[in-house]
Amino acid sequence: MPTRTATRKPRAPRKAKPPKDEPKDYVLRVERLVKVYPGPGNSPDIRAIDGIDLNVERGEIFGLLGPNGAGKTTTVGVCTTRVYPTSGHVQVDGVDVRKDPARVKLGIGVVTQFNTLDRLCTAWENLYFHCRYFEMSHREAKQRADELLQQFRLSERRKSFPDELSGGMAQRLQVARSIAHRPSVLFLDEPTAGLDPQSRIALWEIVSEMREHGITVVLTTHYMEEADQLCDRVAIIDHGKILVCDQPANLKKTLGAETVVHLHLEKPPDGLAGKLKRLSGVVSVDASSDGLRVLTKGGGIVLPKLVNAANKYGLTDVSVAEPTLETVFISLTGRELRE
Amino acid sequence: MSSATVAIQQRSRTSVYAHAFGGMILRDARVIVREIFPFLTRTIMNPFLFTFVFTYVFPKIGQGFNIPQASSGPQISFATILVPGLVAVAMVFQGISAVALPLVNEFGRTREIEDRVMAPVPVAFVGIEKIVFGAIQAVLAAVIVFPFVIIIPSTPVSIHVSNWPLLVGMILLASLVSGALGLVIGTTFKPQQIPLIFSIIVIPVTFLGCVYYPWARLASIKWLQIFVLINPLVYMSEGLRSALTPELQHMPLLAFTLALVGALAILSYAGLRAFVKRVVN
Repeated sequence: MPTRTATRKPRAPRKAKPPKDEPKDYVLRVERLVKVYPGPGNSPDIRAIDGIDLNVERGEIFGLLGPNGAGKTTTVGVCTTRVYPTSGHVQVDGVDVRKDPARVKLGIGVVTQFNTLDRLCTAWENLYFHCRYFEMSHREAKQRADELLQQFRLSERRKSFPDELSGGMAQRLQVARSIAHRPSVLFLDEPTAGLDPQSRIALWEIVSEMREHGITVVLTTHYMEEADQLCDRVAIIDHGKILVCDQPANLKKTLGAETVVHLHLEKPPDGLAGKLKRLSGVVSVDASSDGLRVLTKGGGIVLPKLVNAANKYGLTDVSVAEPTLETVFISLTGRELRE
Repeated sequence: MSSATVAIQQRSRTSVYAHAFGGMILRDARVIVREIFPFLTRTIMNPFLFTFVFTYVFPKIGQGFNIPQASSGPQISFATILVPGLVAVAMVFQGISAVALPLVNEFGRTREIEDRVMAPVPVAFVGIEKIVFGAIQAVLAAVIVFPFVIIIPSTPVSIHVSNWPLLVGMILLASLVSGALGLVIGTTFKPQQIPLIFSIIVIPVTFLGCVYYPWARLASIKWLQIFVLINPLVYMSEGLRSALTPELQHMPLLAFTLALVGALAILSYAGLRAFVKRVVN
């Protein structure tokens, strides 16, 4: 009956943290960032970003995790010079995005949620011309394009046009193109949205490898597994505000729970939550779409007690898992990430 | 400090911008070379058929247009009137099909403009490159169309270029205006509105562009003669007319030059502004 679903790949080695007294080398600084869009018609203005502060260290993989519409893409939009901030400051490698966007673009790579490959150019040409936009000579650009096709296992498709590539290949080509000019920060906005599971894992591997190339990665996602697996640090963002920001393991530790037990019930759980909360080993109880979600600690002893108490409410299934970043999100907002 | 940071600080801005701009021109040139057949077809077809039907077929079947001239002036064939007009139309049409149509799709459907927008230049440069490359294609179109409109007619065509700098200047100015017009259209319409571009812009601009008749002739329909002055193609046709067929009545040099420079300034400003607005919000 209990199903443990958390299968985990070994993490790539994290970069060594500098000693505490050494000043940190922040490659991206976001200070009190606000973006307000005028509401449609007479409706009130929309605060897409509502006072965000962020510092991303050089070389880390940083995740912005939150539901759709939380403000992730807008934040990345400001950092990549595509959205004017209403107030606040953003600096990439010490350059202010508002004051000198062209210079900022020299040091960043961007992959958006959409396939933005040049449809009239082949895979190789997409890379070659991108390099030419970034001050490379014909010879350098040619060499770099060949090298990237090989690195991203696309050499056989060098003459293919973007429309002839699978979703996974197109996304690999986009990532290859985004790092072709050796940027110091790579922004990936929902990079695996719409990809099949195999391509998603392939892309995760590519992102992990960025660390070896010394590229800082800022990644937005609403897939908590993605943030958990890939990121050194994660900021959970909702309604344009950052709720928490830390290493995934630390965020999960704050829950004070070891296990998440999902009780699937047929009847409404009136009064059950109160009863469960009084059991020893129960940390918290929340309503879920079809029952209750119970955070527990102290091993498996509490599980039979939960099942016992829930039986009267038409218990149909129980699932047990480790707490995830989604659990953290729910405990912070009372909502599920994908609602 | 990473190598990229050092690079950002050391590179000269002019060199960075020039390389990015050159890279974009190179990309557009590659695409045109690959699509040479569609390029030639769309450039040649309209002026070829127009010249063929009106200046070859019509005179042969006895359905010609005979343009009455002032009694003192020389007899001028319809074919002669058409030459500057059709060259001008070919340029405007090229500006629209080379800049506007791809841009509508790049913005709307495929978002493939992204990569160029993220090149290390101010966003407006990407729009300027569009104008410049549109202009290059418009010049090519003029060069390609020219022999057709001279060779095909069965009636005599009299072309006298007495002022070469004027001709070169007019072609350059007209080509830039065509590119800028393409940018304005490309940033205004949505992909599903492409058919509208033809019915709202291409057809009226062509028919009311003093292509098939000199502007001075419209004197007998005064309101139309004034109304067509909002159409930049009028000044291109008239400018080329003054360079190619000076014996035909045409606007004064100062008038069409100022109008074209004005049109270039207004269209470029509007097009670049709209372009930046579409890209950064």
